[in-house]
Amino acid sequence: MPTNVPVVENILNANDRLAQENRTRIDAAGVFSINILASPGAGKTSLIEQTLPLLKGRLRVATVDGDIATSIDADRAAAAGAGAAIQINTGGDCHLDAVMLRGALEQLDLTQYDLLIVENVGNLVCPANFKLGTHKTVLVASVPEGDDKPYKYPGTYRGVDALVINKIDLLPYVNFRMDYFQQGVQVLNPGVTTFPLSCRTGEGLDTWVEWLVQNAKK
Amino acid sequence: MHELPVTQSILKIALDHAEKANAQRITALNIVMGELSSMVDDSIQFYWEIVAKDTIAEKAMLNFRRVPAELQCMTCFHKYHPTDKELVCPQCGGVGAKIIAGEEFALESIDVE
Repeated sequence: MPTNVPVVENILNANDRLAQENRTRIDAAGVFSINILASPGAGKTSLIEQTLPLLKGRLRVATVDGDIATSIDADRAAAAGAGAAIQINTGGDCHLDAVMLRGALEQLDLTQYDLLIVENVGNLVCPANFKLGTHKTVLVASVPEGDDKPYKYPGTYRGVDALVINKIDLLPYVNFRMDYFQQGVQVLNPGVTTFPLSCRTGEGLDTWVEWLVQNAKK
Repeated sequence: MHELPVTQSILKIALDHAEKANAQRITALNIVMGELSSMVDDSIQFYWEIVAKDTIAEKAMLNFRRVPAELQCMTCFHKYHPTDKELVCPQCGGVGAKIIAGEEFALESIDVE
């Protein structure tokens, strides 16, 4: 006769513990860190590219780019002025996890930086479940993706600390109801900081950059 | 895709607890899975047969207890099930809700011999 042994253990515990270790390491170096999530094509790399020149002389920035393959994103970040740009190829995995970030942190002298930007794999489903240990999670949404995304991916939208709404220069050309989108966001994540901006025209980038600087100087 | 490392994690937790219980064999794993956990049970089942091979958990049944999502409106405190089209409170139209169920993803217990 089988006996039942109670376990009650969160299955993602191992990842959460490693994320905590990453956080301890980042904190020890006095670095502010963000984890950027978005669907493919929302503009994660463009946002980093446009942000880095605006931070020049204000914050020293290291980037970690997660992708299934290629180093295109890390190359773009390095070209835009990142002090260090580490590429993580997940080899097919759909998200970064705490172990992968730990490997990247080992390649960095964190004491040389003020801000660590981690660019996650383009995906709205699972990156939110795998904590990395960064201070804030930032979601980059974009106007052409459609205004229904908060409703379709509640798990991602509810867990973020800041929301960038990219490509607002396209608002006149696509059927994107900002109020419907914002309502979906506010239901599950009331009061979340939002940054409507355009990486193409530069509109709105200054507010976003100030937010980074304020957090990094805390 | 993320179910592979997740399944390995489930196996590790189960084996640790089976060892503590001096078990010879694990016959079943009872997993609780919330609607909002973004985990797919078929996918876990698929990887399970690969990762559990040649362990004392080989051939163990995976039992999934699914928990529907439940939100509670922070304006009128009505509890409701969200749909993919509508998240606002169906009773008062309030925006701003708390998730009270549906995010669970845990190994609740194992059956051993």
